[in-house]
Amino acid sequence: MDSHHSYSQVKGVSTGVSSLFIVSYVSSKTINKLIQVHDRIFCCIAGSLADAQAVTKMAKFQLSFHSIQMESPPLVKAAASIMRELCYNNKEELQAGFITAGWDRKKGPQIYVVSLGGMLLSQPYTIGGSGSTYIYGYVDAKFKPDMSLEEATQFSTNALALAMGRDNVSGGVVHLVVITEAEVKHVVVPGNKLPKFHDE
Amino acid sequence: MFPANVSTLNTYNDLYPDWTQREVSTGTTIMAVEFEGGVVIGADSRTTTGAYIANRVTDKLTPIHERIFCCRSGSAADTQAIADAVTYQLGFHSIELDEAPLVQTAASLFREMCYRYREELMAGIIVAGWDPRRGGQVYTVPVGGMMTRQPVSVGGSGSSYIYGYVDSNYRAGMSKEECLKFTAEALALAMERDGSSGGVVRLAVISEQGVERQAILGNQLPKFSTV
Repeated sequence: MDSHHSYSQVKGVSTGVSSLFIVSYVSSKTINKLIQVHDRIFCCIAGSLADAQAVTKMAKFQLSFHSIQMESPPLVKAAASIMRELCYNNKEELQAGFITAGWDRKKGPQIYVVSLGGMLLSQPYTIGGSGSTYIYGYVDAKFKPDMSLEEATQFSTNALALAMGRDNVSGGVVHLVVITEAEVKHVVVPGNKLPKFHDE
Repeated sequence: MFPANVSTLNTYNDLYPDWTQREVSTGTTIMAVEFEGGVVIGADSRTTTGAYIANRVTDKLTPIHERIFCCRSGSAADTQAIADAVTYQLGFHSIELDEAPLVQTAASLFREMCYRYREELMAGIIVAGWDPRRGGQVYTVPVGGMMTRQPVSVGGSGSSYIYGYVDSNYRAGMSKEECLKFTAEALALAMERDGSSGGVVRLAVISEQGVERQAILGNQLPKFSTV
């Protein structure tokens, strides 16, 4: 069975006021776990990479078709719903979870979690992947709604650095993607530029 | 996996509740921090048999000697038995020596037992205390029987969720009050996420002056949630 389990630590933070949105993931080797499914919508994957790629390819196709029919950019919720349909209807065969995040004109920045069995949940911030267990306490304590871009970036980077410090299957560089109405910006923070904590 | 006295008939159905077939476990979150002059130790208070909470006000901070405590996680039976045995051995040793035992001695005794019987046991223990020679010390003896000294140590099923928080918030040279706040907050965060941890937060400060114990009840726990 082709099953590639890789560390994927994802966080999304939304600041409603300034319509900012950040999605970050860690790629431990050269595997790309951040898949763009539309202009302002990204999907972060965890679990079996083969399953996740298959689902996102299918979702990308369905989403572009939907977008053409509607003659407007798709809603983030629509993208997440498509992922959820695929995950739920094929739950016996699939082993992949997703975080769908992006910006749309109707509701601004949003994050949706589609878990293993096909549950769909909207959250102001979320984490996933093998390294996420180590930072639940940290993100619960440190998250505040309506953070600025700088605060949100620092929050994400710190959380990822802490998780990478504890999870043996994660490391390397941190990829951050900032999605706003205006643009999508991709920032890479190499391992040696990450924040250091007391025992390093 | 199941103790010998549990029936091996297939009782996985609605007629038999889950807790009749599960061993009692201190699921747990435990923590200990060294500071100048002593240690602060803390634990949650939940003991589970499967999904049933057998004891919601457990005391997982067990005295081994006057200024040495252990925090217990894993199988409740195993950790209680080990703690009783070490308490006896350490008491005897202390009388022979005619002075207060070292924390390292207590930790070594735990390690001896946990390593020798590692196949039979499921016990993760943090040993912490104060002695005149080295002051406040924290030793961790996780499952498997390793022993190592650490300035701050967390253990139990809930500990996974607070590694990030502890790594980011710990600083060397904190005062006693700062350590108490740090421990209480970390335990509260873990109890919020781990199903096997909950109830009240039990804290103890061990120093040259002795042992001060306190409990933080549910509605007084630090609150973080914004969702």
